[in-house]
Amino acid sequence: MLRLIGRRLLTALPSIVGVIIVTFLLTRVLPGDPAAYFAGPAATPAAIAEVRTKLGLDRPLPEQFFSYVAGLARGDLGTSLTTGRPVMTELAARLPASAELTLAGLILSFMIAVPLGILAAIRQGSWIDHLCRVLATAGVSLPVFFTGLLLVYVFYYLTGIAPSPVGRIDVFYSPPPSVTGFYVIDALIARDFGALRAALSQLALPVATLAIFSLAPIARITRASMLGVLSSEFIRTARASGLRPTTVVITYAFRNALIPVVTTIGMVFSFLLGANVLVEKVFAWPGVGSFAIEALIASDFAPVQGFVLTMAILYILINLSIDLLYGVIDPRVRIEG
Amino acid sequence: MDRRTFLKSTAASALVGSGVSAPAVWSPAKAQARRDTLLVVSESGPNNIDIHGVGTNVPGYEVSWNCYDRLISHEMKTGPNGHPYYDRDKFKPELAEDMNVGPNSVTFKLRKNATFHDGTPVKAQDVKWSLDRAVSVGGFPTFQMKAGSLEKPEQFVVVDDSTIRVDFIRKDKLTIPDLAVIVPCVMNSGLVKKNATEKDPWGLEYTKQNTAGSGAYRVTRWTPGTEVVMERFDKWASGPAPTIQRVIWRMIPSAGNRRALLERGDADISYDLPSKDFAELRENKKLKIVSTPFSNGVQYIGMNATRPPFNDVRVRKAVAYAIPYQKIMDAAMYGLAKPMFGAAANAPTEVAWPQPHKYGTDIAKARQLLAEAGFPNGFETTISFDLGFSVVNEPICILVQESLAQIGIKAEINKIPGANWRTELNKKVMPLFTNVFSGWLDYPEYFFFWCYDGQNSVFNTMSYQSKQMDAFIDGARVAAADGNSADYDKNVRGFVDLAFEDVPRIPLFQPYSNVAMQSNIDGYQYWFHRRLDYRAFTKA
Repeated sequence: MLRLIGRRLLTALPSIVGVIIVTFLLTRVLPGDPAAYFAGPAATPAAIAEVRTKLGLDRPLPEQFFSYVAGLARGDLGTSLTTGRPVMTELAARLPASAELTLAGLILSFMIAVPLGILAAIRQGSWIDHLCRVLATAGVSLPVFFTGLLLVYVFYYLTGIAPSPVGRIDVFYSPPPSVTGFYVIDALIARDFGALRAALSQLALPVATLAIFSLAPIARITRASMLGVLSSEFIRTARASGLRPTTVVITYAFRNALIPVVTTIGMVFSFLLGANVLVEKVFAWPGVGSFAIEALIASDFAPVQGFVLTMAILYILINLSIDLLYGVIDPRVRIEG
Repeated sequence: MDRRTFLKSTAASALVGSGVSAPAVWSPAKAQARRDTLLVVSESGPNNIDIHGVGTNVPGYEVSWNCYDRLISHEMKTGPNGHPYYDRDKFKPELAEDMNVGPNSVTFKLRKNATFHDGTPVKAQDVKWSLDRAVSVGGFPTFQMKAGSLEKPEQFVVVDDSTIRVDFIRKDKLTIPDLAVIVPCVMNSGLVKKNATEKDPWGLEYTKQNTAGSGAYRVTRWTPGTEVVMERFDKWASGPAPTIQRVIWRMIPSAGNRRALLERGDADISYDLPSKDFAELRENKKLKIVSTPFSNGVQYIGMNATRPPFNDVRVRKAVAYAIPYQKIMDAAMYGLAKPMFGAAANAPTEVAWPQPHKYGTDIAKARQLLAEAGFPNGFETTISFDLGFSVVNEPICILVQESLAQIGIKAEINKIPGANWRTELNKKVMPLFTNVFSGWLDYPEYFFFWCYDGQNSVFNTMSYQSKQMDAFIDGARVAAADGNSADYDKNVRGFVDLAFEDVPRIPLFQPYSNVAMQSNIDGYQYWFHRRLDYRAFTKA
């Protein structure tokens, strides 16, 4: 097993090298001059040149690249000019925020979408199948920023049920001492129930927004995959043998239908982690997506490179764990070396 | 109570009762904390809390202003809108208790009881070190110091522990005002030096994330992009003790949510909402809105005066007559700006800047001028703007585009991302564009020196060159330094008239700095830097 993981990670190395080179080159060909941007509003060409030297942007490209790679080898991703802190620290602080939000959204969406998909497959053409179709269509067609703003408008502005959308925790609570970076878990560890409640209530609306958006692919794939399995012969045999319908559906059909669902969830997770910028913007959530976008707008290279690299590594890790999960779900699936 | 409100309230209370996501119930201690705290929300936050840092952004200036002291500051007066406004001409002591201006130097006596946040007393050596740093680190701070002829460390002389002298290298009216801007802040030199390294002799890495000053507030928590928490420094000696004990400044990127936070009463103050929101908030009167025209600032349409077709003054005038001024005021600014057009034909030129010009929307005249210049059928061009301020810029450009089409000029709109805007300005090739400039130091010659002078700074976005203009600007600067007011007035009138006659840039309006706050918040002051001064705020 360990050898297998090791071998899989080794094959991922070339893609990581590729990602490093491509992001480096892409950030350099982007229009926009960080020196001019950061020299401030009243800069003379001389002042801009001075800033450029300070940032090391006047050196030839290969030299810049090698010093970047040398930094990477030491675990140094460079410093963000927009926030003034090392990119590593920024990502380490922001990744848990994004992950907490995305995971919670995905769990909620999983809990709604999978039963919905299964029911839609069993009762094909019934009202629940239509409901599934309507929800899925609405979920993908409503842009997240719109759903987010709508939820804020209704639940915060109009009714005041939800707390103010000011980020991960209410202004007058301090975040719990950091252990995992997930506020909910950290608050539980610290037994700080006030903070737990504050963190949970801040999560409610953004999580709902994400769940509505990610509902569609999961529900549709569950339905389609279940339909395929339900029409296969072993299900007919199981039914003919007089097994209880729940046993047939859950134990036999669902387990066999799970592989495409898990694949989709993996895809949706890695996609959402970086792509829920709009949700982060609407809810002032200090996540990685909004960080990368802000850096991109300010032509701040280091965070963009760090972000892409982190995402690439995460993507590889998530895919690996999904592949491993296949083996658990269905022993017939074996990853070839 | 009708059925609908009844249903709404029971539904709401049922949800609150079940505690799904209800805000925490306030304890008395928390309510007290809320009363002593000012909660500020804005779109973006600081990237560096030291104004001397490389690329410190404008939100960073606000932290510096409140956490550091300068030798002197400005008195307050009543502004054009009836609210407190800094007095350009009256200085008050801050860290210095006394200022003595001589012919070749100015001497400051420091307060005896002033200490830094860590308790070390403030000495003249700290002041010298800080001013040396400002003129030496390069980039924006050094540049700003130069604007007041503060250029060399030798100019700052320690007389004794509590006396510092600043020697003039030339006569310059802007030297004293330049000592009251944000840049010449006084730092705890001992503390910063301890954290400096060989590669970083001025300790920029340390002050980037730590406040090392003697100011009324100090940063106790800062999460970039999320929040800044500042606590009052109770031993602050440079002014009356502030009443706000804690300032929490949260970054809320969505303008809609900032407005919702204000309207729900959860945030105390915000200052960067779109004009439309401010106009609506002003209508419904729940919040206090203070709008102040930018001091020494103008939004304008610029034209590249070195390249055809805009190198012909008749073409520039044609454009000036084709701008839909009033429409821009109404549709782009929602009335929240001070018009800079349509002065009466016989109005005398004033010794002031900004002031309205005499052009108005007159399509027939524009057509005629364009025909005289040899473009009876117009021409094609592009109009560019900075996407970073698209809320204002985009509607302006669309209105101008529509209006220019009436005289045959087909202008394609070119949107330039914020990061790229300054690079494009520096290239000086954009034919037609809109932009805004405002100077910290509120003097007409300062504005003209940056925006119209032949030295062609980045703000002379039109690359306008005129020997006559340069002579007026120089004349005004010399007359100001010598205190010759008749000569000064003549030169200022001269450059204003010439700017309107040659019209390389067409002033549109003076933008407003808009601040919205809860009705129990008092003490907002307008400063040249347009950021908040927490020291004066009170919360009832």
